[in-house]
Amino acid sequence: MSEIKLKINGEERAVDVSSDMPLLWALRDKLNMTGTKYSCGIGQCGACTVLVNGTPMRACITPAASIAGMDITTIEGLNSEGEHPVQQAWHKVDVPQCGYCQGGQILTAVSLIERNSNPTDADIDAAHSGNICRCGTYHRIRKAVKLAAALKRGDA
Amino acid sequence: MKTQDNINRRAFLKVSALASGAFMIGVSYRSTAYGNHHEGEKTWEPNLYVRIDPDESITIVSKNPEGGQGIKTAMPMIVAECLEVDWNNVTVEQANLDDRYGRQVAGGSRGTPDGWDDLRIAGTGAMVMLRNAAAEKWGVSPNECSAANGAIHHKKSKRTLTYGKLTALATKQPVPDAKSLKLKSRPEEFKILGKRIPGVDNKKIFTGTLGYGCDTRLDGMVYAVFEKCPSFGGRVKSANTEQLKGFPGVVDAFVIDGTDDLKGLMPGVTIVAETWWEAQSARKQLQVDWETIQSDSTASYQRQAEALSKEPGKTLGSVGNVDKAFDKAHKVLEAQYYYPFVSHANMEPQNCTAFLHPSGKMELWAPTQNPKSGRGLISKTLGISEDRIHVNMTRLGGGFGRRLTSDFMVEAAWIASKLDRPVQLQWTREDDMKHDFYRPAAWHNLKAAIDKDGKMTAWENHFVTFGNNGRTTSGANLSPKHYPSGLTPNFRLRQSMIPLKVPTGPWRSPGHSAYCFAFQSFMDEIALAGGRDPLEFRLDLLKQRYGETDFNTERAAGTLKLATKNANWGRKMGPNQGQGLAFHFDHGAYVAFVAEVTAQPSGQFKVDQVYAAADAGPVLNRSGADNQVEGGFIDALSTSFLEISFTNGATDQSNFSNYNLLRMNQAPSISVDYVQSDYSPTGLGEPPIAPATPAVTNALFAASGKRVRSMPLGKEGLYI
Repeated sequence: MSEIKLKINGEERAVDVSSDMPLLWALRDKLNMTGTKYSCGIGQCGACTVLVNGTPMRACITPAASIAGMDITTIEGLNSEGEHPVQQAWHKVDVPQCGYCQGGQILTAVSLIERNSNPTDADIDAAHSGNICRCGTYHRIRKAVKLAAALKRGDA
Repeated sequence: MKTQDNINRRAFLKVSALASGAFMIGVSYRSTAYGNHHEGEKTWEPNLYVRIDPDESITIVSKNPEGGQGIKTAMPMIVAECLEVDWNNVTVEQANLDDRYGRQVAGGSRGTPDGWDDLRIAGTGAMVMLRNAAAEKWGVSPNECSAANGAIHHKKSKRTLTYGKLTALATKQPVPDAKSLKLKSRPEEFKILGKRIPGVDNKKIFTGTLGYGCDTRLDGMVYAVFEKCPSFGGRVKSANTEQLKGFPGVVDAFVIDGTDDLKGLMPGVTIVAETWWEAQSARKQLQVDWETIQSDSTASYQRQAEALSKEPGKTLGSVGNVDKAFDKAHKVLEAQYYYPFVSHANMEPQNCTAFLHPSGKMELWAPTQNPKSGRGLISKTLGISEDRIHVNMTRLGGGFGRRLTSDFMVEAAWIASKLDRPVQLQWTREDDMKHDFYRPAAWHNLKAAIDKDGKMTAWENHFVTFGNNGRTTSGANLSPKHYPSGLTPNFRLRQSMIPLKVPTGPWRSPGHSAYCFAFQSFMDEIALAGGRDPLEFRLDLLKQRYGETDFNTERAAGTLKLATKNANWGRKMGPNQGQGLAFHFDHGAYVAFVAEVTAQPSGQFKVDQVYAAADAGPVLNRSGADNQVEGGFIDALSTSFLEISFTNGATDQSNFSNYNLLRMNQAPSISVDYVQSDYSPTGLGEPPIAPATPAVTNALFAASGKRVRSMPLGKEGLYI
């Protein structure tokens, strides 16, 4: 165990972890930040997605120590009032069913519309195909990503 | 409910005729609960579902588990509708397990039909008491007063009193007789119901603050993993628990002898640590000597099914004379349909948090679809009386029937009973997939006769399923009362059973979600063999009557007509394109799908568009209803590519790498429409599943000429 410094949602957090502890468990069990979800543990489903320097990463297979000092954004840090364009669009379209995967889906969408102000269905499919939704909200996610991009552009 | 302590005056009127058996209209109020009230202002709780505060805030309690089916939004909408309040002022509160609520289950699509009367009575009864309170204060007749937007209005004198100002007076009103209440029932009366209302927990989901079972965090809590024998039912001979106790963070490690109940506390080894990662890391060094007790395999099931298919089996139902009809038939069709075992694969792997308080009270935080059943299992297994077990109901990261079984709850409770700290048991994805209660596989040996006009004159199904000691296992039964029973002059259902030692269970729309693929595909075969259009053939069959049907044929026809109208059924399609149709009735609702696919000669196909039509009575929440229909179709399409198989009594699949759910790039666009019939509303969590797969496979036949009779689709050379 050794202490590392993680920069989470703009705040520096000291956390005592083993060298192999994935970020997911540092967040959930060490810092009690439970917005980032465990589902597969092998980087296959995207439920644990966080943004590291703006890029979606799988927290379940990323050792916390390997990203010390980088900018980590978790779902809790996006906008606590739910006012980010992606959160607004997700509410307007009423995307969730069980909601468990949605934090990961939302952060994936945040990253996509940062890079692409007007994503097509194919762009959205490509960005989100690593994020499984067992309830089958894919159809609505497509709609919500487009709305979020429009909100961000000021077109909606 | 946490209200007990502060109640200083309370009376309950039990309305025993209510579907859920809950106590309904009653009077109670708290004089001190929220403090800062002026004299005479009180929080009013007219019944278990409603709380009105002097500051005008309205709290509505949702009693059933929420796992994505939208019950926590739709049911409070019913109360708000009848209470006549502004939805934006409503706060919804999740109930915990409390026997006063009656049935608290997410299953059988029963939340809506059970809640419909109870919640309308709860809302309307409270509204009437508020109205009577205002009338008394104004000295006018209650008939001259009306309720709207959280206030009572007296039009003549243009007076208005908001609900918050009426709480103290309302508590003194007599409780109206439930039978005297005029309940809203039709879409034209609704102000909130029928609209698109977003989920009440959306903001918490979008900000990562909604607590699922696994998000429970308690002071001093430790984390546990639990290793069970991969081969179902295996027992622990020995394990290196002493060695593991020395691993970093490990608090304890011990063997659990367990029971023989495959749905109860199974034998295994638990490791408890300060963090879950430490428990799981120690587990990688765990060595267990297992005593396995069985060696079931998919290959063996297949061999047995082949042999049983040649035998007569047991006749479960028979009408007319099927054998004679086959002899006299113009044409006889025979086909065997097969579908494999599948897993629930909830996104949130099974978990439960438990704490044995020093007082002896066992408290749980459980993502369960069936809290009462979990409490009963814990009571039986640990010998704790039910009144000392308290179940907090958390959000579920998906249910689909998996969380109707309470194995994870009894495991957590057992581990907690050996510790003096709260403990969270968290399964891995692999645990979850390898220790599920699978939807059972089955073989349907189908045979039909048609006359020279293409009319079906006989239908026979030899259903080869799973069972022990003369009884089908959970989720493996088929009733002879189901479609097309009653619609054909000659009908027979025969059944054979393969014994099995792996656990099965209800999987979203149990039975229906599987066999409908066989039935609706074979119906297409019959229609086409007689030169009939699949839609016309189905509609004509629904008009025939040779006995009782277990559903309303006109409602079924209504959904077929609506889906095909919206799809422009029968229009000319492009090269390699085709339309497919299927419908089904289950859990009180009717759903028809038209799927349009493009199929390449390589086997690659795409579902281009789906048209859905559902009749579940008046739609309560249009957004939630659409979500269930859309999601149900995608769930079924996803499942048509999946398979659970067994070797030596153990599940071969382990994670999404070999049980790969449908992804966004494979998901179609779905348009949903409704027949808003006059019947009472029913649930939509399950009905959209069954007809989805055969709509796709029928479309594949139309597009490519390839008839799919076996799942998973990948083994048929099909991919998406």
